Amino acid sequence: MPINPKKTEMEKQSPEARVKNFDEVAQGYKEADALKEAARCLQCKKPLCVEGCPVNVNIPAFIKLVAEKKYDEAAKKIKETNSLPAVCGRVCPQEEQCELKCIVGKKNEPVGIGRLERFVADAERLSGNIEKNTVKLPGKKIAKVVIAGSGPAGLTCAGDLAMLGYDVTIYESLHATGGVLRYGIPQFRLPKEILDIEIDYLRKLGVKIIANVLVGKTIPIPELFKQGFSAVFIGAGAGLPSFLGVPGENLAGVYSANEYLTRINLMHAYKFPETDTPVRIGSRVAVVGAGNVAMDAARCSLRLGAKEVYIVYRRSEEEMPARKEEIENAKDEGVKLHLLTAPVEVLGDEKTGRVTAMKVIKNQLGEPDASGRRRPVPIPGSEYIIEMDTVVSAIGQSPNPLIPQSMPELKLGRHGNIITNEENGETSVPGVYAGGDIATGAATVIAAMGAGKKAAKGMDAYIRSRMNL
Amino acid sequence: MYRILKRKDVSPTVKLIEVEAPLIAASAKSGQFVVLRLKEGGERIPLTIADKDKNRGTVTIVFQVVGKTTMELAAFKEGDELKDLLGPLGKATDFAAAKNIVCVAGGVGIAEIYPEVKELHEEGKKVTTIIGARNKALLFFEEELIKVSSAFYVTTDDGTAGRKGFVSEVLKELLEKDKTIDLVVAVGPVIMMKVVSELTKNYQVRTLVSLNPIMLDATGMCGACRVTVGGKTLFGCVDGPSFDGHQVDFNGLMKRLNQFKDEEKNSAEIYKLKCPECR
Repeated sequence: MPINPKKTEMEKQSPEARVKNFDEVAQGYKEADALKEAARCLQCKKPLCVEGCPVNVNIPAFIKLVAEKKYDEAAKKIKETNSLPAVCGRVCPQEEQCELKCIVGKKNEPVGIGRLERFVADAERLSGNIEKNTVKLPGKKIAKVVIAGSGPAGLTCAGDLAMLGYDVTIYESLHATGGVLRYGIPQFRLPKEILDIEIDYLRKLGVKIIANVLVGKTIPIPELFKQGFSAVFIGAGAGLPSFLGVPGENLAGVYSANEYLTRINLMHAYKFPETDTPVRIGSRVAVVGAGNVAMDAARCSLRLGAKEVYIVYRRSEEEMPARKEEIENAKDEGVKLHLLTAPVEVLGDEKTGRVTAMKVIKNQLGEPDASGRRRPVPIPGSEYIIEMDTVVSAIGQSPNPLIPQSMPELKLGRHGNIITNEENGETSVPGVYAGGDIATGAATVIAAMGAGKKAAKGMDAYIRSRMNL
Repeated sequence: MYRILKRKDVSPTVKLIEVEAPLIAASAKSGQFVVLRLKEGGERIPLTIADKDKNRGTVTIVFQVVGKTTMELAAFKEGDELKDLLGPLGKATDFAAAKNIVCVAGGVGIAEIYPEVKELHEEGKKVTTIIGARNKALLFFEEELIKVSSAFYVTTDDGTAGRKGFVSEVLKELLEKDKTIDLVVAVGPVIMMKVVSELTKNYQVRTLVSLNPIMLDATGMCGACRVTVGGKTLFGCVDGPSFDGHQVDFNGLMKRLNQFKDEEKNSAEIYKLKCPECR
């Protein structure tokens, strides 16, 4: 039978319906879809997809189990290397990773690995078998370790260390767990109920999670070693959002994407005054930047009643860093793209200090820059003004400075990132490991998970060598 | 967790709570703050740590009742627990090598300046304290401050206590008389800190102000608390809360503080309707 050239479609809420709710856009495979898609996998002897996966999920093996309708077994297979499959199946950029390497993808569309991963995780959850499928770990632990931050890097590192036999404590500075998975990624891309279940799975593995502790401030790292912890992983994530660098960037109504999304996702500002944290959306919103975070901010704005939402991006559509799927979703929902356009100034009301408009300039693309992308060059005299109530700056962020400030002996890179050995996550301080955005600057969820995974191995080797195990 | 061991009315609008928080008590330094949340759905608000007791494992917070969350907190009783408490946050105030310091405080800033005056006094520095309020009923901590101050002045807007007038008037006289003053620390309403900073600029005396911008995570992630200092965008939670008063754009700060004024008013009104004793 010839292979189906196209990926099996996944149902989505219609754009008209979904801009009125925060429910998940993509509805996931039904069993028949999953079986159809699993049949497209060639079961390669040397699977390149596994190499493309930062956490090396045994992709052909789990897909084979799906084809055999052994969904619990498939879930266990994924969880051997990935403790957050329902999250990854939803937010990983598979098109740049496993699916990019898929042999089927050479001539046809690649196997929908992400969609299958999500199906397996959802099937396990819906069957109520997560508890039953959880591996029983020995009560006697090798040593105690601390993870600073419960975002994707920290959760992965914690899960792996728990599986390796460690007594793991995660300290989270916010009142809720999940880091960017909770405050950043909106409900319609990653329902928080699903995140809660994946985090609860780690608790089932014996991981302790303590909120309201900012490692470096509440407890200094040297103090943790004194308390008998053998190693520390820093997964503190990104911090210090970058602003536009133009006059007016501090006017009321200019938010960083982090602030905007945190108000909405973590603090539930859309329920104000039932909840206590407000957010002002206004009727016209400009989101500056074109990554996934920018798409999330734009799409939240529409759902919260904005009439016009613009993405303002200095390069062309081709260079937009967001996932193609998310760009399409945003466009379908009515987000308008102002491409080759850069902010020059945010204009505000003199008296109230609130945003009223944004002055922008048109660009053309010049020679490629250091990133390999063609450099945007402003066209003199092409400035114009767009009226605006809200401006969201989604142009990235630098690594959080708090832990490095509290530990001067940690070697930092040019951008304030903690320098690590990429292979094992070790920093310049023995016993201290780091990974995720704090080490690399803003990147993807799965890249952070990959770093958490390598660090878990590194910490295990370090502790074993110190204990002569 | 985070149980209130002691609660007292410091003035009609200012309340004090002592909260169980051993980790914070162990590492807090003067000038630092906490972020608290009272309940599910509650907002995160920053409040200065007014005192700490390592042995008891507690921190003391003094707050002014200004909006819904502080009204609710004012209704908490001894034995009640806060839902969340994070700290200590921000940098400790850096007094550098100053020897002759004037500490100026207004309103709830009186509570916030107390640990700093105490610390400077314990280090053997000369500390002159000036506190001010609208009227006598709103003053507090006088006795505590007298004990740790080399000289102590009180002003009220209506003259019901101390001298009638503003803290800045006393400060001006001191700056005229004593040319060895090498640092002024001001904590209180933004307008007061602005006036003090403008005054000390004329005398070229280094001035630290403690800013209270709107915060959300308060760990450097969201940037809600950004302020313009010396033309640069800095973060209240990570770079502050203490800044060089001669460099701060106070007008910009006031506008950012008013960002959600309507929402805050609305929220407080709704709360008052539901809560009879708040009316």
